Amino acid sequence: MIDFSNKYALYVWPPIAITALVLAWTLVDSLIRARRWKKKAESLEAGEPL
Amino acid sequence: MFQVLANPAKFMAFSKWAAPIIGVIAVVLLVWGLWVGFHVPDDYQQGRTVRLLFIHPQLAILSMFAYACLGGAAFFGVVFRHALADAAARAAAPLGAAYTFLALVTGSFWGRPMWGAWWAWDARLTSELVLFLLFLGYMTLVAAIDDETKANRAGGILAMVGLINLPIIHYSVNWWNTLHQGSSDFTSDLSPVYALPFVVCLLGYIAMFGALWLVRTRAEVWRRRAQALAVRQAGRA
Repeated sequence: MIDFSNKYALYVWPPIAITALVLAWTLVDSLIRARRWKKKAESLEAGEPL
Repeated sequence: MFQVLANPAKFMAFSKWAAPIIGVIAVVLLVWGLWVGFHVPDDYQQGRTVRLLFIHPQLAILSMFAYACLGGAAFFGVVFRHALADAAARAAAPLGAAYTFLALVTGSFWGRPMWGAWWAWDARLTSELVLFLLFLGYMTLVAAIDDETKANRAGGILAMVGLINLPIIHYSVNWWNTLHQGSSDFTSDLSPVYALPFVVCLLGYIAMFGALWLVRTRAEVWRRRAQALAVRQAGRA
């Protein structure tokens, strides 16, 4: 069961929250990076100025 | 398959549909595995901290797997001078660093109630910390050298040398007396009620790394293309 009142809750939920945050960052950063460089390369291929 | 991944154009075509499919597989496996894992009964010794069984060991395994991918890509980059291998090495490093950081943090939270210590300089923990420093060292080195060819070569050599740390991490609990528990056979040492979500989560984390590795390698290919086009435009101006 998911229970925040357990005596071990302090040692279980913070690492789960930290893990969720860091994994979310890896996802968002990867997608933003791919989108940004793809857009940049495509605009340069289209002959747009630097 | 190797030829597909070795050709940048074929890799971009392959990864365009492979990354989202592997990503969806990762989400399905992780949602199911974590949901079941967070509803398993408490362990008779470790109580509710057994929930970390579905996060910490997988991230530790994944950190080593990511480094093996980094080292393998670096080998192909340094020995065969393959541009896509260098891109794959650069793409794997931040992901591996994140997983290693999480393995250390989640292990620390698990260690405090079980061992009475947040940290101990035992062989397993220290060698995993060295792995984290190797990831950071690789990223710092390739970022510090302006010439990309030289940066990839220097980083690649560092990454290959660092491969020696992987067997040290794995066998550290056998070679030295460690506070960290010994190696486990997850198919026989774990009760099926824990083993099934454990394996599903492990596959989910590996799929997640695979999808993000493809996305980041694609980003690296786009970055190089953009830089090459920018240099060409600057030369014409």
